[in-house]
Amino acid sequence: MWRDSVLVAGKDLRIEIRSRVVLHQVVPVAVLVLVLFAFALGPDRSAMVQAAPGLFWVAVLFASVLAVQRSFGLEAPEGARDGLRLSGLDPAGVFLGKTAAVALQLVILEVVLTAGVVVLYGSHVRSYGSIVVAGLAGTFGLAAAGTLYGALAAGLRVRETLLPFLFLPVAAPVLLAGTRAWQSGLGISAGHAGDPWVRLLLVFAAVYLALGVVIFGPLQEAS
Amino acid sequence: MAPAVLLRTAVCVTGRFPALAGVDLAVAQGEVVVLEGPNGAGKTSVLRVCAGLLPLTEGEGTVLGCDLRRHAPALRRRVGMLGHAAALYDDLTVVENVRFALRAAGASVAGLDGVLDRLELGGRVRRTPVGRLSAGQRRRVALAVLVARRPELWLLDEPHAGLDAGARVVLGEVIAEVVGEGATVLLASHEPEVSWPLADRVVSLVGGRVVGVHDTRSTPHRPEAPDQLRAVSGGAHVA
Repeated sequence: MWRDSVLVAGKDLRIEIRSRVVLHQVVPVAVLVLVLFAFALGPDRSAMVQAAPGLFWVAVLFASVLAVQRSFGLEAPEGARDGLRLSGLDPAGVFLGKTAAVALQLVILEVVLTAGVVVLYGSHVRSYGSIVVAGLAGTFGLAAAGTLYGALAAGLRVRETLLPFLFLPVAAPVLLAGTRAWQSGLGISAGHAGDPWVRLLLVFAAVYLALGVVIFGPLQEAS
Repeated sequence: MAPAVLLRTAVCVTGRFPALAGVDLAVAQGEVVVLEGPNGAGKTSVLRVCAGLLPLTEGEGTVLGCDLRRHAPALRRRVGMLGHAAALYDDLTVVENVRFALRAAGASVAGLDGVLDRLELGGRVRRTPVGRLSAGQRRRVALAVLVARRPELWLLDEPHAGLDAGARVVLGEVIAEVVGEGATVLLASHEPEVSWPLADRVVSLVGGRVVGVHDTRSTPHRPEAPDQLRAVSGGAHVA
């Protein structure tokens, strides 16, 4: 399973490095979301600082939909999905590999977005620990849930429109918990107020990673 | 010796459409069987069922000793399929695509260079992204994956399509070679002039059913018309 996951993650990341779709399209879209919200909020600096954690996670959420769509789009043309099924790869390995590749791309995106929040919204990081842990837990949760729903939608002709419809409601806990944890990390809420939310993010990620390992195979077959 | 492929009254429904309407087919190990028939006859569906990609709706199927209903995923690593689509990644180079397929199948990459050279995919072509290759070259890459993997059962769907004369010769040599090593080949084709010389038997499909069988070892020439094909096979519906 681990060997297969490394193989799949390596393949997806190599394709991404070559095609630069995430770098040239997904990252700019996410940054645009931040910029447009900054315009919408107006020149009130305190309102921007208050809204920054939520807007960061909204941008990550939308970007994760694009990243997951891209991840399964790689397998769509020319029967590559059949090729993947015929390869004999462990479905759990395929799931973990795809999740890891999406997560790594999202982490890079989040670094850019964090810089954007600091520069555009004037936010200050008070606790790097909670920001990083919440960011990683939320990212792996989104990547795992997205990969699972991506597999569900992959075989359907309406997959591009169906995926956000399925995935965004499920990802709502990440949006909520991530925002609360980042409010604490950016000093908007009191000291350890974000800790329970970080735990929620960790549980979310663990549940979806475990669920994916178990049901990705049957999902792949059914789709 | 148990047959490599055994389908009994195999029915396969995709959507509301019966792709296979009760196919009986037995292919011995080391045999080369050509499937022929008009478009929509069920040739590709037979291959996909044998690869464990299409589930059986009714009937029974065993491929390489694996029950298609219960062990299809386990079967796939032992089967190689060359479909209409090349199942390659456009952004990866030729060598990266083949290497990924080999590693995914748990096969050795040791003989990779030789296989690429044999299929005229060496030199600069091996480092070219597959998306920039011609259709024929893409077909060669897909074939290279199978040649390097050496599966026990080769499922070839119109394998000559898009290949030039040289590659067709290599394909014939490869089939003879792997059959000599004990592999089994099931090949769907619309081109009798190139597929019949490779075959031990030719199975004719119409409307998702077997309508005739022709033993090319006893009668190597192709009958001129489907009626004659049935006559040669004695009207048999079990292949």
